[in-house]
Amino acid sequence: MAQIHLEIVTPGGPVVSEDVDVVTAPGSGGEFGVLANHAPFLTTIKPGTLSYKKDRDTTHLMVSGGFVEVSNNRATFLVESSEFGTAIDVERALQAKERAERRLVQAAQGDEHISRIRAEAALHRALARIQTAQRTKL
Amino acid sequence: MPGLKDVKNKINGITKTAQITKTMYMVASAKLRSAQKKMEDFRPYTAKFTDVMRELSHGGDSDAGALPLMEEREVKTVEILVITSDRGLAGSFNSNIIRTTERLRRQYEAEGKKVSIVSVGKKASRYFRKTGLQRAHFNDIMAAFQMFNARDIAQSVTSAFLSGEVDKVDIVYGKFYSMAIQKPEVEALLPIKPVTVELGETAETAAGPAGAYSFEPDSNELMTGLLPLFLNVQVYHALLEVGASEQAARMTAMDNATKACKDMIKELTQLYNKARQAAVTNELLDIVGGAEALKG
Repeated sequence: MAQIHLEIVTPGGPVVSEDVDVVTAPGSGGEFGVLANHAPFLTTIKPGTLSYKKDRDTTHLMVSGGFVEVSNNRATFLVESSEFGTAIDVERALQAKERAERRLVQAAQGDEHISRIRAEAALHRALARIQTAQRTKL
Repeated sequence: MPGLKDVKNKINGITKTAQITKTMYMVASAKLRSAQKKMEDFRPYTAKFTDVMRELSHGGDSDAGALPLMEEREVKTVEILVITSDRGLAGSFNSNIIRTTERLRRQYEAEGKKVSIVSVGKKASRYFRKTGLQRAHFNDIMAAFQMFNARDIAQSVTSAFLSGEVDKVDIVYGKFYSMAIQKPEVEALLPIKPVTVELGETAETAAGPAGAYSFEPDSNELMTGLLPLFLNVQVYHALLEVGASEQAARMTAMDNATKACKDMIKELTQLYNKARQAAVTNELLDIVGGAEALKG
C-alpha cells in the first residue's frame, strides 16, 4: 500500500517521523483522514486524538492545538504539544479536567483572577488526553 | 607595608571568590548547552511555521489588512515588551537590554506617543516598576520556559492590542549571536506585518508546490487561527534567545571574574613574599646586631 510520510513537530522537537498508511486527525472542521498522495491541503487542528495506521498497527497520540500542512506526499503537523497514548497519565488528566471545570465555574461566577480562556484551553487538553488514553486501550 | 596576616587573609578570601566564580562559569556553560539544545529543537517548528505563513499570505486571496491582528492604526500608544533574565551576575547583559528599552521609550515619547511596558524577567520588572509605566510583568519563567508561558505573555499583549489600549507592540530581548556576542534586539510584534515572517535563522526559501493548496476553512479564517499561534512562536523564540544569551553572558562575566581573581592573587602573593622576606631580613639584622654588640 502506498504510504505517506507523517511528521509531528512540536516546539520541543519532532515527535514522529514515519511513513504510514493513513492518518486521522481532529481538524477544526471535523475529523479527517489523509491517505497517500493527498492533494495539497492546509487546516487547523484542535485538541484531540490523532491516529495513524501502519502495517495494521494503529497508534494514537494526543495533540493540542496547531495546524497541518499536506503536500508532496508529506503530512506535517505543527502542534503545541503531543503525547503518545501509551504515555498518558489518565489520573492526572482527570484531575486536570476537574480543576479546569471548577475554574470555569468560578470564572462564570465573576472571579476576575481566573481566565476563562485559559481554563477552557486546559479543559480541552485534558479531554483530549482522556479520549486518547481511552482509544489507546481499545 | 601591610601586615603579613592581613595579606594572607586577603589571598584566602580572593581564592574563595575565584572558586565560586569558576563554579558559576561551569554551571552557566552546562545551562547554555541545554538552552542551545532547546533552540535547536525549536528550529524545525519555526522553519515549518514560517513556510506555511508565507504560503498563506502568498497563496489564497486573503485580505490580510482586514484581520484584527494585522490592522494598522494611527499609533498613539506603544507597548514595549521587555525580556530580561531573572538573575544577575551576567555582566552588562540585562542593563544593555534595559538601556535599549529606555532609549526606545524616550524616542516614542519624543514623538508624543504614550508608552506602556510589559516586563518579563525579574531584572526588567524591578527596574520598570519604579517608572510607573509597567502594565504587567511575568517573573520566574526563564528557568523552565515552556510554550504556555509564551502563550500567557502573547495573550496579554494581544488583548491590549485588540481592545485598542495600545496600537503597536515592540519586543526588546537579548539576541544570541554567538558565545561572545549577545545584543539587545528590537522587533515589531504587533500589528503583524504581512510577510515579516522571518524568524531567527529560518531564511531558507519555501520549496513547497506553488500555491495549489486547498484551505480549510478558507485562508482568511486559517490566518485568524494561526496569527495568535504565530505570536506565541515569536515570544517563545525571544524567550529562548534570552535564555541562551543570559547563560553565555554569565559565562563571559564569570570567566573574566575568575581571571581578575587570579591576577589579584598573583599580585598579593608577591606582596606577601616581599613582606615575609623583609621580616626575615629584619630579624636577621637584629640577631647579627645583638651578636656584634656582645662581642664589642
